[in-house]
Amino acid sequence: MAETGALGGPGGLTAEERLLRDTAREFAQREVAPTAIERDEQERFDRSIFTGMGQLGLTGAPLPESVGGGGFSYLGWALVMEEIGAADMASAVTLSVHLLSQFPVLNYGTPEQTARWLPPMIAGEALGAFCLTEPSGGSDAAALRTRATPVDGADGVAAYRLEGTKIWISNAPEADRYLVFATVDPSKGPKGITAFLVEKGTPGFRFGAHEKKMGIRSCPATELIFDGALVPAANRLGEEGGGYRIALSSLAEGRISIGAGCVGIARSALEQSAAYLQQRKAFGAPLSELQGLKFMLAEMARDVAAARALVHEAARAKDRGEPIGELSSIAKWTASDTAMKVATDAVQLFGGSGYSRETGIERLMRDAKGAQIYEGTNQIHRLIVADAVLSRARV
Amino acid sequence: MALRIVVLTKPVPDPAAAAERLGPDGRLDRAASPAVINGNDEYTLEAALKLADSMGAEVTLLSMAPPTGVETMRKGLAMGAHRGVLVTDPALAGADGWSTVQVLAAALRTLEYDLVLAGFDTSDGVGGVVGAGIATLLKLPLLSSAAKIEPNADAGTVRVRRISPTGFDVLEAPMPALIVGTQLLGEPRYPSLKGIMAARSKEVVTKSLADLGLDAAAFGGAAARTKVTGTTKPPARGATQVVRGTPEEGAKAIADLLASRRLI
Repeated sequence: MAETGALGGPGGLTAEERLLRDTAREFAQREVAPTAIERDEQERFDRSIFTGMGQLGLTGAPLPESVGGGGFSYLGWALVMEEIGAADMASAVTLSVHLLSQFPVLNYGTPEQTARWLPPMIAGEALGAFCLTEPSGGSDAAALRTRATPVDGADGVAAYRLEGTKIWISNAPEADRYLVFATVDPSKGPKGITAFLVEKGTPGFRFGAHEKKMGIRSCPATELIFDGALVPAANRLGEEGGGYRIALSSLAEGRISIGAGCVGIARSALEQSAAYLQQRKAFGAPLSELQGLKFMLAEMARDVAAARALVHEAARAKDRGEPIGELSSIAKWTASDTAMKVATDAVQLFGGSGYSRETGIERLMRDAKGAQIYEGTNQIHRLIVADAVLSRARV
Repeated sequence: MALRIVVLTKPVPDPAAAAERLGPDGRLDRAASPAVINGNDEYTLEAALKLADSMGAEVTLLSMAPPTGVETMRKGLAMGAHRGVLVTDPALAGADGWSTVQVLAAALRTLEYDLVLAGFDTSDGVGGVVGAGIATLLKLPLLSSAAKIEPNADAGTVRVRRISPTGFDVLEAPMPALIVGTQLLGEPRYPSLKGIMAARSKEVVTKSLADLGLDAAAFGGAAARTKVTGTTKPPARGATQVVRGTPEEGAKAIADLLASRRLI
């Protein structure tokens, strides 16, 4: 099916990566896809899907075995995300955000924090959320306003008091564990930002309005309100003022992951269109005999292959330990634009039944639109890429 | 003692890749498409793994294949088989069913087992004779077309529900025995990530013809007793109409269609 020609084809995958992909595909098609349209329509988060992902081992798959993860390659993770995204992007976003909230703990946590925080998340018993965006903005991460005020105890700082509001926090209020970015000193800009591990149920931490979204509707996104929530100093991740780097470091992983989910959306749109063109007849012949529509289908296939190749290249770069800032931006930007274009074309090819909410085709388009905005808007990615290009140029 | 089960698993071109093709010599071009475990072999493997789950069993995979067969076997190990044995030898290129029977029988002579499970047939060769051939050579009871397998370790017997044109036959034989399974054994599981991780450290033993004490000249393409002399493609299927909906809607749509053609 998705293995078309050399691009993303079987040659570049290890036997283990193929097994991982096939297992994720089975799970996605059996457990996730059948209810995707209904969950979208009802805006209903189904915890049992996340629990199933945990039982299968997806919820910690790319984390190293040393912390209890699966030790799978990041390319393998991209394959998983494509499969879940092809079944239901909302479930893919839940999973991706869950991972995004674990990587910083893996990379910057003390051994004590890693041992305390990660195991239930890897097992899929505790759901994670990544809390950066605020009413004042999302893409300008350095401008965040949520305050973390140190509270002194007998031996220095004992806790931090959090005050402020976060919005568009995916997986909230269902999530159990929140990675929260706040500033200890707004005058310091990025150098004041600090990361905290906050548990659901912490007094002074509550949920506000539920976002009414266009797409990815079965993955909730909610406002978080910190009203003097006390977070123990033991839950500060990294140094005071080290949060900006922590936030940016894991965003690159998240971009590859979301890019892979977008490849899944686009592939689903392509495959469903290819089937429909052969079934649907007009003027006595299947639509698939009309050259104008075949050209559309061919362009969709080209775009899916190109986006997948970029996402895989970014994932392989991560597996090789190379810098992935620019490449992950290119991959996410390309893949989300591809998902939007291919899904829009699929709605067009399906005609009236694509525009109907019954078939799930227009859902692909609504879900793809979100991916052009979250995980860094595609305009931010243009800035990142341009800056990288300019920094390399000799002047 | 836990039951010892050997499951025959043949790497075949992935039917999903739809890239099967024959080379100029009439042999399958195995480089043209990725290999997977033969679909019917996964059903017998599933039956073995169910026995392992319910009564305890050591499950060994046995293949005769090119060296890449180790990679193909990885899925069976990830599903839960305990180890693999791969017979691989350059001299085996072009081996026919008879060679395969002799080589696998020789490999089985080096293993301890209570049951040997074979799939109904393979999706590449579709011969369906290897299981019966091995049973004949090793003088094992052959229980074919199995829909259910019930070993009795204490009695040293195995009971098989065998599909027949009229329903089921119940057969019983002493172990060791060879059973040819059907898809009625149950849908194969897919490997969990834990299974895939566990497979990283599972052993696959590779054996050559010399390791099995076999003379390389007696096997492979040169010694083959059968030869592909020609192939033709099946005729193209006529236009199909897909009926979707509930069973009731589907039945009505099909009945209406047949009635409209005056067939009922």
